Amino acid sequence: MKREGKPRLELSRSPYVVGAGLGVLNALAFATAGRGLGITTAFESTAAIAERRLAPDALHINAYLQERDEPPRIDWETFLVAGVLAGSYLAATLAREPATPPVPAQWERRFGPSRNKRYAAAAAGGAVMMLGARMAKGCTSGHGLTGSTQLAVSSLVFTPLMFATGMLVTRLLYGKEPS
Amino acid sequence: MATQLDTSGKRLLGLGTGVIFGALLQHGRLARYDMIHDQLRLRDGSVIKAMGTAVAVGAVGLQLLDGAGLAKTEVKPMKVGGVVAGSILFGAGLAVLGYCPGTSVAAVGDGRRDALAGVLGMLAGAAAFVALYPKLASAIDAGGDYGKITLPTLTSTKRSRWVAGLATGALTATVANEVVQRARVRR
Repeated sequence: MKREGKPRLELSRSPYVVGAGLGVLNALAFATAGRGLGITTAFESTAAIAERRLAPDALHINAYLQERDEPPRIDWETFLVAGVLAGSYLAATLAREPATPPVPAQWERRFGPSRNKRYAAAAAGGAVMMLGARMAKGCTSGHGLTGSTQLAVSSLVFTPLMFATGMLVTRLLYGKEPS
Repeated sequence: MATQLDTSGKRLLGLGTGVIFGALLQHGRLARYDMIHDQLRLRDGSVIKAMGTAVAVGAVGLQLLDGAGLAKTEVKPMKVGGVVAGSILFGAGLAVLGYCPGTSVAAVGDGRRDALAGVLGMLAGAAAFVALYPKLASAIDAGGDYGKITLPTLTSTKRSRWVAGLATGALTATVANEVVQRARVRR
């Protein structure tokens, strides 16, 4: 729905419109690739391929490979991740988005302008997040979008629990809302 | 040769799907720390609105395609330990990083360097997962494995009913939310 007196020539950024686009894309992925949107499996497979090359005889690699349904591959999902990078770059460039700050505004207000501090925290957060995603076999995409779309019980447990933990830890990091 | 072509075709398809995925995340301003942070503080509902709409629309689309025999699905198993411990670790990491995996990659495409640090951390986390796998397996399997269960299989109900319920619920919630928001703005 458009607001009156504000003609918009550009494409809608409404979360409902963008969400509907993601939903259609996901359904099409099921039809064309036999699987839905997901990000972290590609990270796991890439790491597994690298570790197998580096230490092919390591016990943990063989134990890990035996557990997998299929050997790790550079496949549809790996290219999906590369596509996300390219698609975001293209959209930002076409929309002439301004240059992005190295430290997000709200982070800076709470933790100061240090870039190194922000980068270190981001890397640590990313590592913990990925470990969790691979233990649960999915992330905001694989469980939140794709699994929920299939009404999978695992995804309907993962998604609210992940959000609740995220809210709690955000509250612990940032303290009570000043407003 | 045929499999080779098939493989590169699938890769190209993945790339194209990813480009649209990334463009949608970027265009919807979802690949931003401030947006995700505001969602986690319940100051803004954009992430939930986008995800809820995506799930409802995707479920209806999948139902239609599957009904026509055109789609294949892939349900993730309900391993209690893995899902519960994984979601808690995930949420904690998300709160610090401020991007989820997909939005991290999209944010790198937008030139965000903190997201790049996050992606490098994610690679390290994936490497740690593989390296620690034999030890993690017992935690993942703790609490039992209920297999690839879904709400329809769990309740022995047709999926179409759940999807109809989900779509109706999502539409009702959207309309109710927008009516309340507009009334508030007018006041």
